[in-house]
Amino acid sequence: MLEIKGLRADVAEKEILKGIDLVVPTGEVHAIMGPNGSGKSTLSYVLSGRDGYEVTGGSATFEGHDLLDMEPEERAAAGVFLAFQYPVELPGVGNANFLRTALNAQRRARGESELDAVQFLKLARAEIKRLSMADDMLKRNVNVGFSGGEKKRNEVLQMAILRPKLAILDETDSGLDIDALKIVADGVNALRGPAFSALVITHYQRLLDHIVPDRVHVLADGRIIRSGGPELAHELEANGYAAVVAEAA
Amino acid sequence: MNAVSQPSSLQASAQAFLARYEGLKDRMRGDTHLRAAGADSFARHGLPGPREEAWRYTSLRPLADIAFQEPLVMMTDCDAQLAAFADLDAPRLVFVDGRFRSDLSVVPAAARVRTGLPGYGRLANNDEKLVALNSMLAEDGATIDVDAGVDAGTVLLISLGSDAHGHPVSFHPRHDIRLGRGAKLTLIEINAGEGVYFNNPVLTAAVSDDAELIHLRRQQEAPGAFHLSTVFAEVGARATYDSFSLSLGGRLARVQVHARLAGEKAIAHLNAAQLLGGNQHTDFTTIVRHDAPATASRQTVKNVLTGKSRCVFQGKIEVDRIAQKTDGYQMNQTLLLSRDAEIDSKPQLEIYADDVKCSHGATVGELDAEQLFYLRSRGVPVEDARNMLVRAFLSEALDPITHDAAREGMEAAIAAWWAGRPS
Repeated sequence: MLEIKGLRADVAEKEILKGIDLVVPTGEVHAIMGPNGSGKSTLSYVLSGRDGYEVTGGSATFEGHDLLDMEPEERAAAGVFLAFQYPVELPGVGNANFLRTALNAQRRARGESELDAVQFLKLARAEIKRLSMADDMLKRNVNVGFSGGEKKRNEVLQMAILRPKLAILDETDSGLDIDALKIVADGVNALRGPAFSALVITHYQRLLDHIVPDRVHVLADGRIIRSGGPELAHELEANGYAAVVAEAA
Repeated sequence: MNAVSQPSSLQASAQAFLARYEGLKDRMRGDTHLRAAGADSFARHGLPGPREEAWRYTSLRPLADIAFQEPLVMMTDCDAQLAAFADLDAPRLVFVDGRFRSDLSVVPAAARVRTGLPGYGRLANNDEKLVALNSMLAEDGATIDVDAGVDAGTVLLISLGSDAHGHPVSFHPRHDIRLGRGAKLTLIEINAGEGVYFNNPVLTAAVSDDAELIHLRRQQEAPGAFHLSTVFAEVGARATYDSFSLSLGGRLARVQVHARLAGEKAIAHLNAAQLLGGNQHTDFTTIVRHDAPATASRQTVKNVLTGKSRCVFQGKIEVDRIAQKTDGYQMNQTLLLSRDAEIDSKPQLEIYADDVKCSHGATVGELDAEQLFYLRSRGVPVEDARNMLVRAFLSEALDPITHDAAREGMEAAIAAWWAGRPS
């Protein structure tokens, strides 16, 4: 379970998160929606431990552990996965090598046995097939020369192989056509179950037609101003953020 | 520049090498005229000094401060050092302190090999002062001939420096490689050792028409060692000189490669990776001459710097008036992992033909914070993530190495360097 209490954070000495309270129980998928500049991406980076974000107050715990006190790699090994809004290109690093290194590093950190090359390829090929991706995905350098859609699919492939307990999807739908959007949604839905939680960060409601959330939260100016069921997403789509923000103010 | 205006330590050092020559010349084997010509040149010009353009960034003063003597004792136990290269399964020519050791060597069957005296060849130029020094003091070396049409496979050329003498020694091996028309050879050169010594090899390579020489060099000399080597390659029509040079070791190291594309459609690859830390100084200098039409040269040089190290790349491309349709490419990229390290990168293009394609570029940067975070966010510990990114940075220079065992050996050497790198 992810539990965020009064979380405040600065970027370049400017306060972006102004006291976030949020609980994502195990097995649930929550959506965070909000206008541009509301702090959506900052929240995802603070939770995954990126440099340059200074937490000035509050807490974030995952399964009782203080997330904010952990290195990014420790958070990953604990089961937290961030699907990037802009996946990073790694020229000179093969995708297969990248995925296997990551998987084995996490397994090692958890005291589990590592997968050899054969075991890994078997697992990776099965996931690629299940996600209807091209086989050469594994041979190419990580995200190098990938289209926007391919990069997002590669994020979903990583998620499928790494099997996180909590996935944070940072505007994974941005720049995707409807087919790619469905593949991404199918990838997330396949992981849904009693031991999997997700925080789906998005600007638009359309992703939530495919990944139907248990709860929807509206983030504006660094605070969650309203929470509700999936119908809240439709209300936002129909009336726009301004109406909800004005109503909360 | 003459010896008189040199700093006194360089001058004194040159005098000591000359005195050694005077004492030994009557009992050294090999061509006395070529040796005397080298001595004559060295007596007149001495060691390269800081006022020479080609030596502006690399000072030999640390070398001149040490008195190097002739190696006398034969180092007997080399097993531990040689074991590091056991994964390279090929005939091997092993030199210890510059002297051929038949007991440690396995002579190749597909090439004619002569050892026991310097392989002077015809391509080296005593105008290069370190070549003159080598010509003067060379005692041994390998002459490898591959006959026309023969694929001689892989040959290892291993040099081990020892600390068995109780004082620093210098050795000046002289190797000559000759490939007949259409012949093939992969030469893997390894330089390693223990203690303080000065290794000053010169290697000449004559690559006849349609022949292919793959020359892979792995320099992992002892931390206290000096490595100053010079290569001259002459490449015939449609022939290839494909070289990669890895520099990891030594206190002061310089590899200088002269490649002359002498025949139409000749190709030269002068790729390199230099990894250094602590107070190391490493220099890769190339001089490529396009002397025939439709010739191509490729240079991808990658540097990784830590600590207070200092790195140099100088790349000169000369295109003769007749060398139309020349295709020259040079890229030098440096990863600075420390604020105290320094790189001097100097491209130099001299083009006298009007229909050529020549490009060069240089970049300097740090590890990318976004890439590092991406790897860490997937669970890769920060130190492993850095290692992966350094390896990825080197890939454009390393990946073209088609000899799998050689490339894997270099990758292992790089990984070991990374794990124990001087800070």
